Amino acid sequence: MNQSLYEYCLRLGDTPLILSQRIGEYCSKAPHLEEDLAITNVGLDLLGQAENFLTYAASLKEELTADELAFKRKEKDFRSFHLVEVPNIDFAYVLVRQFFIDVYHNLFYTSLCNSKDETIAGISKKSIKEVRYHLQRSQDWIIRLGQGTEESNHRLQVTINELWMYIDELFYDNEIDNEMTKEGIGVSNREIKNNWFNIVTDTLNDAGLSSPENIPYTLQYGKDGFHTEYMGYLLAEMQHLPLLYPDAKW
Amino acid sequence: MENAKKLEAFQAKIDADIKIEPKDWMPEKYRRTLIRQISQHAHSEVIGMQPEGNWLTRAPSLRSKKILMAKIQDEAGHGLYLYCAAETLGIKREQFLEWLHEGKAKYSSVFNYPTLTWADIGAIGWLVDGAAIVNQVSLQGTSYGPYSRAMVKICMEESFHQRQGYEIMVTLANGTKEQKEMAQDALNRWWWPSIMMFGPHDADSAHSNQSLKWKIKRESNDELRQKFIDKTVEQGEHIGLSFPDPDLKWNKSSGHYEYGKINWNEFWNVVKGYGPGNKKRLAHHKDAHEEGSWVRQGAIAYAKKKRSIQKTA
Repeated sequence: MNQSLYEYCLRLGDTPLILSQRIGEYCSKAPHLEEDLAITNVGLDLLGQAENFLTYAASLKEELTADELAFKRKEKDFRSFHLVEVPNIDFAYVLVRQFFIDVYHNLFYTSLCNSKDETIAGISKKSIKEVRYHLQRSQDWIIRLGQGTEESNHRLQVTINELWMYIDELFYDNEIDNEMTKEGIGVSNREIKNNWFNIVTDTLNDAGLSSPENIPYTLQYGKDGFHTEYMGYLLAEMQHLPLLYPDAKW
Repeated sequence: MENAKKLEAFQAKIDADIKIEPKDWMPEKYRRTLIRQISQHAHSEVIGMQPEGNWLTRAPSLRSKKILMAKIQDEAGHGLYLYCAAETLGIKREQFLEWLHEGKAKYSSVFNYPTLTWADIGAIGWLVDGAAIVNQVSLQGTSYGPYSRAMVKICMEESFHQRQGYEIMVTLANGTKEQKEMAQDALNRWWWPSIMMFGPHDADSAHSNQSLKWKIKRESNDELRQKFIDKTVEQGEHIGLSFPDPDLKWNKSSGHYEYGKINWNEFWNVVKGYGPGNKKRLAHHKDAHEEGSWVRQGAIAYAKKKRSIQKTA
């Protein structure tokens, strides 16, 4: 039970952690200063969520810290979604990736607020307030750029088509999800799938964009320990100092 | 004659410590000086995001990553306040950015130095922000209202940054041998660029006298530099670090530290664009701006469509 809860908390923490790392990379590269502020704010919220869930995961083990989980774990032990590992190719990637995750987080945390696990429910209640704002912002941008110029519409559509292959993973439940859902601690991802598609499709329609056909890609998923080729480089950078100076405290 | 009277009334207001507001009459040179100074200050905040952003993806703990991210976000916010304050003088932000990209506007030269280790993030917070605060605290009393109010807000956040930077130095100085070396190396590299931040000695400062008379500046470059050195040396010695200046010593009778000769050759080289990072910093800003052009155009097109729908409705 404790092992499953631990595993579950890792996946709750890893996706926001890796996404905040990507957002950190984007620092000082936004189209204008207001957006630099806004996206960094989102990154900060996500980093806070990651820290909360990883701190809880660490507390379930003896002598383990959230920092060790973030900075000393091997790639195979990370549980993040492929989607958040995708690099910041341009603002369209940063935005569409964020929009897909924001819709997911809103639905997911809304249900997770009712978790029987008080810590998880507490972190979710705090997080839902943040991700509501994130969604408002990314949804607004999707509509603005979808209805903006021909170029902005085209760029968004190309990116949506490219990232669509990663969304299946959001709704995949493995045995840990099933166990946690059964215990009333976790949330079934399958059950939020329809709502996710409804929100995303409606938004894309409003923006003059379209949802690609749902093609099943043969990916092996993050929560089973499989990642994109990008992940190794991301971790090499993020974990560089603690691995180089294993005895140091920061 | 008209102007002479206006100028007299203007100086009387300054002398009585009454703030000058955007719609008030002001001498053209006062306006130009402020446009130069405030936009330079805004650019410094924005370009300053780069050397720190260089370590954001490699911050060694969740806490330090959060603090650094929040700090960089603050810098972006400071840039915004300052661009807004500068815009009250009748120039649009797009124009300020154009001047920056053309090399006509400057930013603080200190950001042209590279951040080579994590300790540099500590040194920037402690020394660079520490020097900036000394200057900015003084600028809270500047005569131009919007600039003064921006400074009050900025100072509150900067003092937090300075403490966080010093905290990194304390942690490193009390850490492993390698961490201590990292801290000392960062101090060695950042000390002189930090004290150069206050600009040339008073005798060689082109803009100083008029700026002091108009209370754009409240204290001279050398006075501010001395304040910074006096408060910083003790902080460094307290954590067992030494300063890369053999002439640095306490002078009992003056109650100040004496310091060695500043390498003004290096300073002017960096100001003129030949520092280690000038090309990189400017290219980064230009590239991001150009790459974001389609986003800004998309947003403008959308806003126009919205407005025309509202008009016809």
